[in-house]
Amino acid sequence: MSENSTPIRTVSTPAEGEAGKTGDWRSQTPKIDHEKCSQKDSCLLCWLYCPDGVISSTFPLEINLTYCKGCGICAEECPRKAIEMVDDK
Amino acid sequence: MATTSVKQLPKTEMILPGTRSCAGCGLMLTYRHALKALDEGKTIVAVPASCMTVLHGVYPITPVKVVCINNPFAATGAAASGIVAGLKATGKSDYTVVAFAGDGGTYDIGIQALSGALERGVNFIYICYDNEGYMNTGTQRSSASPMGAVTSTTPILAKLQHKKDMIRIVEAHDLPYIATGSPAFPFDLFDKVKYAKDVLGSRYIEVHAPCPPGWGFPNKDLVKIGKLAVESGIHVLFEIREGRFSLTSQSLVMAKKGRKKNVSDYIKGQTRFKRISGDHLAQLQEFTDRKWNESLERHFRDNP
Repeated sequence: MSENSTPIRTVSTPAEGEAGKTGDWRSQTPKIDHEKCSQKDSCLLCWLYCPDGVISSTFPLEINLTYCKGCGICAEECPRKAIEMVDDK
Repeated sequence: MATTSVKQLPKTEMILPGTRSCAGCGLMLTYRHALKALDEGKTIVAVPASCMTVLHGVYPITPVKVVCINNPFAATGAAASGIVAGLKATGKSDYTVVAFAGDGGTYDIGIQALSGALERGVNFIYICYDNEGYMNTGTQRSSASPMGAVTSTTPILAKLQHKKDMIRIVEAHDLPYIATGSPAFPFDLFDKVKYAKDVLGSRYIEVHAPCPPGWGFPNKDLVKIGKLAVESGIHVLFEIREGRFSLTSQSLVMAKKGRKKNVSDYIKGQTRFKRISGDHLAQLQEFTDRKWNESLERHFRDNP
């Protein structure tokens, strides 16, 4: 078999940040008020509705701001209004 | 057992952060919960040219931890059939093949390959995420766009025709399982994909995936718009198991307690409906009422 006949594999490998640090897209940043948050496993609506899955499922909640795109769904859906969208300067 | 609490959902994420999808993407939320319902490492996804291909990333990196095959736009059904045949030939019986296409790749361009695969009874799940247009290429009209929607190919008069009833086309193939879902109701969506996984034969799930840039609503309103679509009856949540039709989730609640929202509540927050005429709005309401009443009738006939 000649060297040229080596099969070329075009298989992508999974990795974070495929589109770069998508946190740069944000114009507003979510800020969590941990005192207002119920800190109960039975709520977690922010985690449930985050399209990018960047909110932790453990308490106190943490948002991965490197990749959070700032859509604001978490702030909108939080029943206790514990998340606020703050304008980036 | 139906999922009723967040605690019951698997916490592992199959999609790594930093994807190419827009902020507040309805498809992304759909995909996230659909993949949670499938087995890690035992799922193969077939994806045509669509927002989904964009989400799957550019070689050599992908954010999705599931094996995926990118296929031509019209060939999703055929590609999935090929994967199923390949798995059978190599004796791998524990894999689930899932085709994931948009409304363009299902209602319009992919319908021939889909119909072929359904007719052959290929053992796979076909999930159509319906964002009501060709969103990836710049919001062109598809046969899934609703009447009165402004798209880049219907910019002046807005769309003049109603949405195609894809479920009836799919149902004509006598499938063991057909369902509709919405990312605004993740438990319902999760349960349906989980149930579909263990059904033998072709399964079809249609998900109504709101698209903030294409429909013209703020990113933060994704879940709100998704819920309004169900509450107004524009999108009905149901499943058809071996021909038995049952409403589920919010639609089932509405069947018992009545529908409190109408089409104008749903279209209010979306700029794509800015040119809708009074006549078209009345027609859209009438169309929605007719579909809703048909669903109610079928539900109570099959579930006396």
